[in-house]
Amino acid sequence: MLNPKLKLNPKIFNDDVEQVPIRKGFGQGLLLAGEANENVVGLCADLTESTQMHLFADKFPNRFIQVGVAEQNLVTVASGMAAMGKIPFCSSYAMFSPGRNWEQIRTTIAYNDRKVIIVGSHSGISVGPDGGTHQALEDIALMRVMPNMDVLSPCDSIEAKKITIELAKTSKPAYLRLVREKTPIITTEETPVQIGKGEIYWMPDIGFAQVGIIATGGLVYNALLAAKELEQEGIKTKVMNLSSIKPIDSEAIIALAKECKAIVTVEEHQIAGGMGSAVAEILAQNFPVPIEFIGVHDKFGQSGTPKELVEHYGMGKNSIKEAVKKVSLRKI
Amino acid sequence: MSHLTDQKITELEKKANDIRISIIEMLVEAGSGHTAGPLGMADIFTLFYFHILRHDPKNPSLEERDRFVLSNGHICPVLYSTMAHAGYFPVEELKTLRKFGTRLQGHPHREYLPYVENSSGPLGSGLSQALGMALADKIDQKDKSRFVYCFMSDGEMDEGNTWEAIMLAGKHKLHNLIAVVDRNNIQIEGFTEDVMPLEPFHSKWKSFNWHVIEVSGHDFRSLNEVVEEAQAVYEKPTVIIAHTIPGKGVKEFERNYKWHGKAPNKEEGEMALKELRNNRF
Repeated sequence: MLNPKLKLNPKIFNDDVEQVPIRKGFGQGLLLAGEANENVVGLCADLTESTQMHLFADKFPNRFIQVGVAEQNLVTVASGMAAMGKIPFCSSYAMFSPGRNWEQIRTTIAYNDRKVIIVGSHSGISVGPDGGTHQALEDIALMRVMPNMDVLSPCDSIEAKKITIELAKTSKPAYLRLVREKTPIITTEETPVQIGKGEIYWMPDIGFAQVGIIATGGLVYNALLAAKELEQEGIKTKVMNLSSIKPIDSEAIIALAKECKAIVTVEEHQIAGGMGSAVAEILAQNFPVPIEFIGVHDKFGQSGTPKELVEHYGMGKNSIKEAVKKVSLRKI
Repeated sequence: MSHLTDQKITELEKKANDIRISIIEMLVEAGSGHTAGPLGMADIFTLFYFHILRHDPKNPSLEERDRFVLSNGHICPVLYSTMAHAGYFPVEELKTLRKFGTRLQGHPHREYLPYVENSSGPLGSGLSQALGMALADKIDQKDKSRFVYCFMSDGEMDEGNTWEAIMLAGKHKLHNLIAVVDRNNIQIEGFTEDVMPLEPFHSKWKSFNWHVIEVSGHDFRSLNEVVEEAQAVYEKPTVIIAHTIPGKGVKEFERNYKWHGKAPNKEEGEMALKELRNNRF
C-alpha cells in the first residue's frame, strides 16, 4: 500500500493519472523562488523553454542572463554572480551541463565554494528521439563524486517544484536532475520533502518487506508499479524514493536493508557510479546485503520513444520485478 | 584614483622592486612555482594595489571594494607578494608558499586565503567570473560605483571559455568590467605566436565589441592613464593589453620562456636578488 503518512497521490495507479514533466516543476519552483527572493537569478544556455526557465525569464527579464550555447560560460558566470550575493540557477541539458563544463563547475563552484544550482534537464534515456548524445546516463556519477556538491533527483513535478524552492534557501552548491518526458504525479502538495531524507512510498499492507526497492527520479513510478504487482503475487516489498542522492539518508537505507536483507536499486543512469553505487557503498560498509542494480548496463542510448527505450535498456516494470525475485534468491 | 606625481611614481617603482625581491625569495624557498609571469606583472600589480583599487587591506571584506579577479592563478607569487606588502598579511608568511598547511596555496584558494575573490588555477574561467560579478552589480545598479577588474594571461586565451566570456561581455556592454591581459608573448612550450598564434590580438577583442587599449606594462604613468581611460569608457567593456617583458627585473630571466614555470634555485636566486637589491630610486 502507499504510505498513508505521506499523503501521496491517491489516483497514482489510475489509467488516467495526471502526467507532468518533472522539468515543469522546476520551472514553476524557480518562478516562486524568484518571487520570494529578489537575489535569485537565472542563467541559461539557449534552452529556456526546454528547461522551463522561460517562466522565470519572462517574469524577471533583468534577472535572467542568456549566455547562448556556451555551457562553460554558463556556470562560471553564475559563480561570479554568486560571489556578489546572487542565488544563481543555471540550466541546460544534463549532457552539456554538467557534461561539458564539469571542470568549471568543480573549480569555480564546488572548490571555490560559490553557491550555484546547476540544473540538468533531459537526463536519462527518456529524452527519446534526440538519441544517445543527448541522453545523460553518467551525470549522477559525475556530480556525486564532486566534494561540496549536493545531488537531487525528484520523482515527479511536484517534488521538483518543492526541491527547487528549497535549493534557493540552502547554502551549498547543488545539482538538480530533471526529466524531459511527462511522468505520473506521485506526490501531492502535502507530501513532505526534505533534502537528505529518503522516504518509504510503498509498504506491505501487513508484515515485513522481503525486498527493499530504492528508486530515484522518473523511474520511481515503475518501481511502484512493480511493487503493486509483486504484492498481488505475494511478494512484499518496500519502495523508497531516494530523491536526495547527496546528502544521502544512510540511516534509512541501512534500516531498509536490515529489515529486508535484500535491495534493488532503480535509476535511469549507468549502473556504474550512480545512485545504486552510492547505496552499495553505504551497505558494504555498514550492513552488506545482496543488491541488484536496475539501470543502464554500460551502454550509450539511442533514438526511440521514452517508453520503448526504458523497456529496451532494462528499466521497465517487469525488469524491476525480475530483479526483486532474483535478489530474493540471493538472500543469505 | 588620481594623477601620478613624479614622487608617487618613484614610490611605486621602489615598491615594485620590493615586491620583485619578495617574489624571488619566496620562489627559492618554495622550490617550485612560476617566475616569469610574476616578475613581468609586478609593476601592474603594484600600481593596482597601491593606487588604483578601491580596497582596504585592514578591512578586506569592505563591501564597496572594487573586485579583483586573477584568472591566471599560477602567477600567484606576485599576487601574494603584493598583498603582503599592501598589508593583507605579514610579509614573513610569503616563505610558506606551496608548503603543507600554508594559506598560500600553489594556486590561490579562497578557502585558505579569504582575501582573494576567486580560487583559480585551471585557465580560462576568470573573465567569466568577473563578468558575473559585473552583471550582478549592473542588476543591483552598483555598476556606477565600482569596477570589476580581471587580470588574464595571453596564453590562457587559447581556452574557448575566454571567448565565450568576451562575447557575453560585449553583448551586455559591461562598462564596469575591465580586463588586463599580460601580453608577455610566452606560454609553457614557447612563444605564443609559435604555440598558438593570438595575432591579430587587438582586432580580435575589438570585433567582439570591446574597447581596446595597448600599453607598456612597465610604465606607471601610461598605465595609470589607460586605466583612467578604461574607467571612463561607458559604452563597452575595456581590455588593456599590457605589453610586458616576462621575467622583467632580472636580466638573466627576461624574455626567456623557460622561466615561465620554473623557480630559481639558490644560486640563481642569489644572482637575481643581488641585481634587484642594487637598484636605486
